[in-house]
Amino acid sequence: MEGHSQYTPKSGFARWLERRLPILRFVHDSFVAYPTPKNLNYMWVFGAILSFMLVAQIVTGVVLAMHYTPETTLAFDSVEKIMRDVNWGTVLRYAHANGASMFFLAVYIHIFRGMYYGSYKEPREVLWILGVIIFMLMMATGFLGYVLPWGQMSFWAATVITNLFSAIPVVGTSITTWLLGGYSVDNPTLNRFYALHYLVPFIIVAIVILHVWALHVTGQNNPSGVEVKDIKKDTVPFTPYATLKDSVGIVAFLVVYSWLTFFVPNYLGHPDNYIEANPLVTPPHIVPEWYFLPFYAILRAIPNKLLGVIALFLSILITAALPWLDTSKVKSASYRPLFRKEFWLFLAVCIGLGYLGAQPAEGAYLWFARVFSAYYFLHFLVILPFLGKIEKPEPVPESIEASIVRGEASHV
Amino acid sequence: MSEANKKSRRLISSMKRLTLLPVAVAATLALLGPAWTEEEAPPSTTDQGAAPSAQEVDKAAEPPAKEAEKAAEPPAKEADKAAEPPAKEADKAAEPLAKEAEKAAAPPAKEKEARHESARHEEKPKRFDWSFAGAFGRYDKAQLRRGFKVYKEVCSSCHSIKMLAFRNLSQPGGPEFSQKEVEALAASYKVKDGPNESGEYYDRPARPSDRFPPPFANEQAARAALAGNYPPDMSVLAKARGYSRGFPLFLFDALPGFSYQEHGVDYIVSLMEGYEDTPPDVKMPDGQFYDPYMPGRRIGMPPPLADGVVTYDDGAPQTIDQYAKDVAAFMMWVAEPHLESRKRVGLGVLAFLLVFVGLLYYTKRKIWTNVPH
Repeated sequence: MEGHSQYTPKSGFARWLERRLPILRFVHDSFVAYPTPKNLNYMWVFGAILSFMLVAQIVTGVVLAMHYTPETTLAFDSVEKIMRDVNWGTVLRYAHANGASMFFLAVYIHIFRGMYYGSYKEPREVLWILGVIIFMLMMATGFLGYVLPWGQMSFWAATVITNLFSAIPVVGTSITTWLLGGYSVDNPTLNRFYALHYLVPFIIVAIVILHVWALHVTGQNNPSGVEVKDIKKDTVPFTPYATLKDSVGIVAFLVVYSWLTFFVPNYLGHPDNYIEANPLVTPPHIVPEWYFLPFYAILRAIPNKLLGVIALFLSILITAALPWLDTSKVKSASYRPLFRKEFWLFLAVCIGLGYLGAQPAEGAYLWFARVFSAYYFLHFLVILPFLGKIEKPEPVPESIEASIVRGEASHV
Repeated sequence: MSEANKKSRRLISSMKRLTLLPVAVAATLALLGPAWTEEEAPPSTTDQGAAPSAQEVDKAAEPPAKEAEKAAEPPAKEADKAAEPPAKEADKAAEPLAKEAEKAAAPPAKEKEARHESARHEEKPKRFDWSFAGAFGRYDKAQLRRGFKVYKEVCSSCHSIKMLAFRNLSQPGGPEFSQKEVEALAASYKVKDGPNESGEYYDRPARPSDRFPPPFANEQAARAALAGNYPPDMSVLAKARGYSRGFPLFLFDALPGFSYQEHGVDYIVSLMEGYEDTPPDVKMPDGQFYDPYMPGRRIGMPPPLADGVVTYDDGAPQTIDQYAKDVAAFMMWVAEPHLESRKRVGLGVLAFLLVFVGLLYYTKRKIWTNVPH
């Protein structure tokens, strides 16, 4: 995809630097001349949105860290101090908390877009797996961060999640004790969670760099799922075409993000997290953040604790195997009549699991959660491998240009 | 063009429309905002038992909490075991009470069932009209001053408000007392300070920079004085209480024009106005009161308000209803002292972003005009 570098250093300084560290050539080739398929639709702006959110979270997070105190008797009050006495503290904290939600919203759209258009297929397997790793690191960061305000939900979420590891036979309890730095969630836990919450985002940055590198090697997938054949006919340079389209996406996304931050900042939170952590009082419902709910539903759907934990981890890890589970040679769902329908069913099941994760695990809720969890795994393990074999795909266009001539692609 | 192609075109363009939806939605927000809240204001939802997901826990050892704990199984249950024997004890302490309450619900099986049901679920709070609701919401300064008076003369004898400093009362976006008033008010309180040069702790009159001294030295002191009850601190209480409106209403709570963030204050007013005589078939332990808005319908706080207990000098009605609303508004301000500046800045930010995204969109279109895509 790289093509031949078209970069020629213009200024004297650029020529000087070019012979020592060709970083300007690298930037030019990656973000200016880099060819992007002409037919990308707005579902492809979420990569840029996610990069923006990662930076936004790190910037707001670093400033919040300057005012936060990771000590059990002070943590809750220090967050309230940020809300009251730090200049713009209210906005900073709400932006960071809602930023996590918006980050996950974007990543979920990004992932489902990849699933719909078969972006994980050859030659983008490594790109996809790096994405799964980023997603898991995001989940870890989100969880660690949720513990820091040291409210009731913080404390009990930490208790519940770290306790999952105790399901591991033989060494489980020891692992939990090691993770907590004690026998229950306490000051050592808060300290290390704070340290890790600061660390992991930078690991995410590193993997994102690999993710983007891998992307720039294979080139982007596109709505037709057909690889670029002729750079001149099929693609446009990243700047100004993709840069501007991504900017539209980012700013539109910011509109929603700032609505949440400034006007309904506590909508996605839980009132109990404004009650300081109290190890002696269990909240009536321990509910994770919304972005964990589908996985939480799967965990609770299974009556056996160990199997539940295995299912939980498997439900995330299984996505890494997608390139090999999906046997269809056709990438884009646009030409897969059966998968196209099944995809929406799968999406509905995932959203359904999210709803069920917020309900008490009893009665009809529990049974729906079981059926949906079963379907979730069936989708990956049975339907996708099978569908690729029996489905008769519709005729795939010869090239991206041909698909544009057919009039299938973006119209915005 | 084949049927399938058309379909996929439709799909793609509908996905595109989806990404633009938030913009459209946000664009309509501004004008609709206050109108909606006003229309929806009169007390509406009192459907009890509709949602099994009661959200609030006011007391440690509420029997419904026990019930609900089961929901969090298996991990939570495990966690309980692992983490804290004391909590178990607290639960146990509550058990006899719960048993008693159940026993009290006498014969006819069906009635007993119904009673049990309604005792399990508290009622959904009523909705009230708040000046600070919606995108353009602002605190009513006079109401905050009245609310502070109610807090000072009634609530503060049991409830601390430890995150509120005297100086906050003169901050913009609050009750905005004058500097002089705040200094005089602070001086009327005694706070602990020290150690002094001889190593002793001493009381001195408070300064505006001090925070409100709590009515009790610690939790134990409060429980000893208040028949075992521990009144929660009121600093963030308005945000620490809430309830779920259930599917699908909760989805609307986030939307511009419909936004509803006042669950906590609605709950607080409903609770303060909601005291009732204990129904004959419910046995209430000593020192507990019947309030259908409280989880478990039992509350340790005696009815705090009565008509006329606080004298208003701005002519506002001196009724329970008015006191409850005023003090709830005050609590909202204490919990969210920068609400006004947050919303004001937010309007500017949104206006800027909407214009900016429009300009970007047309720039993008211009650039792409000659590229078939």
